[in-house]
Amino acid sequence: MSVRTAEQLTAYRVKLDTRFAEVDGVFAACMAEAMSSLSTRGIDAYLDAARILGKLGRGAAPMLIFLEEWPSVAAIVGEDSLPEVMQQVSKLQRSPNSRAIAPLLQNLAAVARRLPSAEQLNDFLILVQDLTARTTGSIHGHHTTFPSPGLPEFLAQAPRLLNQLSLAGVKNWVDYGIRNYQHHPERQAEYFSLQSADSRAVMQRERHGTLFVDVERQLDLYLRGLWNDTEQLVPYSTAFDELRKPIPYYDKLGIRVPDVQEDAGSIKAIDRYRATLAHIVGHRRFSLPQIADNWSPFQRMAVEFFEDCRIETLLMREYPGLRRIFLGLHPKPIENACDPANTSCLRHRLAMLSRALLDPEHGYTDADLLVFTQRFHAMMAAGESSTREIAGLALSYVTKTRRPSDQLARVHFDNTVIDYRDDNRQLWQFIEPGDEEEAFDEKRKIEPDINITGLLPRHYPEWDYHSQSFRPDWVSVFEALHPSGNAADIDKLLQKNAGTAKQLKRILDLLKPQDKVRIRYQEEGSELDLDVAIRSLIDFKGGAQPDPRINMSHRTAGRDIAVSLVLDLSESLNEKVAGSEQTILQRSQEAVSLLAWAIDQLGDPLAIAGFSSNTRFDVRYQHIKGFGEVWGDEVKARLAAMQAGYSTRMGAAMRHAGHYLGKRKADKKLMLILTDGQPADIDVADPRALIEDARQAVNELDTDGIFTYCISLDAKADEYVSDIFGRHYTVIDRIESLPQKLPALFLSLTR
Amino acid sequence: MVDKDQYRVPHEPFYRQQGNEVALYEAAYRNKLPVMVKGPTGCGKSRFIEYMAWKLGKPLITVACNEDMTASDLVGRYLLDANGTRWLDGPLTTAARIGAICYLDEIVEARQDTTVVIHPLTDHRRTLPLDKKGELIAAHPDFQLVISYNPGYQNLMKDLKQSTKQRFTGFAFDYPAAELETAILAKETGLDEARSAKLVKIGHTARNLKGHGLDEGISTRLLVYAATLIKDGIHPHDACRMALVQPITDDADIRATLEHAIDVSFA
Repeated sequence: MSVRTAEQLTAYRVKLDTRFAEVDGVFAACMAEAMSSLSTRGIDAYLDAARILGKLGRGAAPMLIFLEEWPSVAAIVGEDSLPEVMQQVSKLQRSPNSRAIAPLLQNLAAVARRLPSAEQLNDFLILVQDLTARTTGSIHGHHTTFPSPGLPEFLAQAPRLLNQLSLAGVKNWVDYGIRNYQHHPERQAEYFSLQSADSRAVMQRERHGTLFVDVERQLDLYLRGLWNDTEQLVPYSTAFDELRKPIPYYDKLGIRVPDVQEDAGSIKAIDRYRATLAHIVGHRRFSLPQIADNWSPFQRMAVEFFEDCRIETLLMREYPGLRRIFLGLHPKPIENACDPANTSCLRHRLAMLSRALLDPEHGYTDADLLVFTQRFHAMMAAGESSTREIAGLALSYVTKTRRPSDQLARVHFDNTVIDYRDDNRQLWQFIEPGDEEEAFDEKRKIEPDINITGLLPRHYPEWDYHSQSFRPDWVSVFEALHPSGNAADIDKLLQKNAGTAKQLKRILDLLKPQDKVRIRYQEEGSELDLDVAIRSLIDFKGGAQPDPRINMSHRTAGRDIAVSLVLDLSESLNEKVAGSEQTILQRSQEAVSLLAWAIDQLGDPLAIAGFSSNTRFDVRYQHIKGFGEVWGDEVKARLAAMQAGYSTRMGAAMRHAGHYLGKRKADKKLMLILTDGQPADIDVADPRALIEDARQAVNELDTDGIFTYCISLDAKADEYVSDIFGRHYTVIDRIESLPQKLPALFLSLTR
Repeated sequence: MVDKDQYRVPHEPFYRQQGNEVALYEAAYRNKLPVMVKGPTGCGKSRFIEYMAWKLGKPLITVACNEDMTASDLVGRYLLDANGTRWLDGPLTTAARIGAICYLDEIVEARQDTTVVIHPLTDHRRTLPLDKKGELIAAHPDFQLVISYNPGYQNLMKDLKQSTKQRFTGFAFDYPAAELETAILAKETGLDEARSAKLVKIGHTARNLKGHGLDEGISTRLLVYAATLIKDGIHPHDACRMALVQPITDDADIRATLEHAIDVSFA
């Protein structure tokens, strides 16, 4: 160090004006970096800012972090952003959120790398301010303002979020978190630290690139259409594995592909998916597993590279256009980029060779590479070759090009990762484990069986009317078989309503043959078709040839209606009907029995289920009758055991019932919802929220061709029921008339 | 008397045999057995019949069936004219009189009561009663009845009655194997083998998707259209899009898949 810089350094140290001893250790290094990247004016501002941070009264940490981070931030976004950053810091200092200053400064460099302009960084700071303002709050009765629970977590996650999302995406993600967890400090912190499931789900939704879910059908069609292959496609998450990126692979459970792909240069994301699938199809068609035990890892790697090229050559023979995609995705290692004196170049050599095998215009000059490229092409010219044969070529390549430096720990990785290829796990067969004699004595590991008592939950989204968007996978619906009671009870109920049943029977008989369809243009028919007759007469009078087919006849077509009856089994059903000893539940039971009997008489497929909910984590959907089940003792027994409890999360139950009904092949699909109150649940404070969600569910069902109809037993239902169901509802005020009303209603709906 | 020659097939239609169907048909004709040809749309059913009519040197009367067709449309009817009424033979009657091959295309489209009128012509009687006219026509010795239908359309409503089906000998047609289809495209349009083979490959892509959003795969007929367009100097991508993709689907995902197949095939 020259005397001059040493002097300058001392001057700077004085200017910093701090007595924190920790500074001395790093000051020289920080200043060296600062002096190389900042202007003189910038250095002054840098030291000023650092001095202010040192005097915040928050110890040495903010100052130290700033001293270390700022030069690299300034190198990316320019030193003029400093005032904005300092303004943000002073705002935090003045609010209860001063704890967040350290994480802000700490992550600033990483954020700046993702947002490499002063404007974008500024936008990010505005977002931070917004988050701070909206989540810092006071609790009524406490004379303090509480710091934002999510802010430090958010700042810590910011680099990672920005890695996956655009700034707009981050903004949406933050908005969602604030909206849903404003008053819930623990959950808020969980959300902003990316620990809760919905936080990850919302992030997934906002990611840039092409999401697997959006192209899944196209990929299925691709596999089926172009390759005549079918396999389950299973996405794996790429968002949460920072160190080791997962690689595509396939096994007997399906083909695993990344959940999101980005365009790579001229190659579109969908084509990257297709390249992966084509490559895997190639293995499935042309590769034979080899016994791995006798080969070294290097030899195996070489075999994999050669085999990958072999199958890709065969694939390109079938579809020449794949060459453009493969070459667009295949890295092009620069010859001589790797120095064999101190680095292991095996990967580099093999990647170059792989490129050369696929790309006729590779331009490499290495003699061995050219020889083996030629041998490879000669082998392929003779036909398909085989994994065995190509392995032989690969082994001789390894022997020929082996260098002592291949064993070095320092491996040249740049430009050698071919990310559309799978991990080749299917190419190898290991004999070793289990082959030795002692292995026979080893106790076999038996997988502990998982105790599944019911079906696994299905997750459904819920509509958030504030933001007009779905909360993904918000509600868990557990479906279970309804417990059974005594079937004779239901028969008794039917006996009791024999009078109603007799009336119904008369209507049912009338209904059975229905749907008269007119057949026109008949030469002989039951009636004269006046329109056609007049047209014929005009033709005749006009001298033209009249059409003699002037009659029409009729034909009857069958009913084709599938009905799903969804029963609200919430606690309020246990109330007694006014002026009667019976509860609403018992009345409903009667009505449902009668309806089920009537529908059975007509022969329409009917499903019955009851639902109740205890927060969004536990929506119970109880199966009483399936479309395929007959109206017999088993179903009656379940109906007899009907019990009420908990709350009414209607939207989730309707979506679940709809997913069964939607799969029916019927001309008309009808969902009847029998309920006694408005949708509500104990974890939802806003009374509109679940009403809006149910309305959204009705709209969804409508687009799926399902007609929903509500029978409400709540006399005050008019206030909300039309918001949900439009005009498709009936309010039954006199619950005692329900057993007569319900079947009649159904009949008039389907007449 | 009707002019027989107007129904003759004047030039040899191009037909490439898939198996031994020509010999089998000749045997059926020698013995005047009614014939049913079935197979997906555009696979060469009608072309085959046309070819056989030419090869046998017999007139061919083709009737395209539709659901408004009645028995009278086949056998004939009285027409009103200024002086009263006049009888006009329908195509089936004409064929039976002059000894032609009567080809009822897509017979399932016709209503079932209509198809029953062909019954007496298809068994040992070989007669056609015209009950309105009070005439019983004995079929000409050269007369033969051929029907075609596409089992792809088959649903509960549109199927032939067993009593109708069991009056015919059957030929099942399918899209030709890849090499044969390539040869057909090349011969029919004059397009070179290499490009024809690529078209056939695209055709197979779509046929694999049948039932997964496509009701029918790309037919040989559409492939011929595409080949004709390419031969005319249209760029293969545009020709395929126009002749192979647009006609068969409005489904965006399927379209994207087929267009990708076109891109990678015609690189």
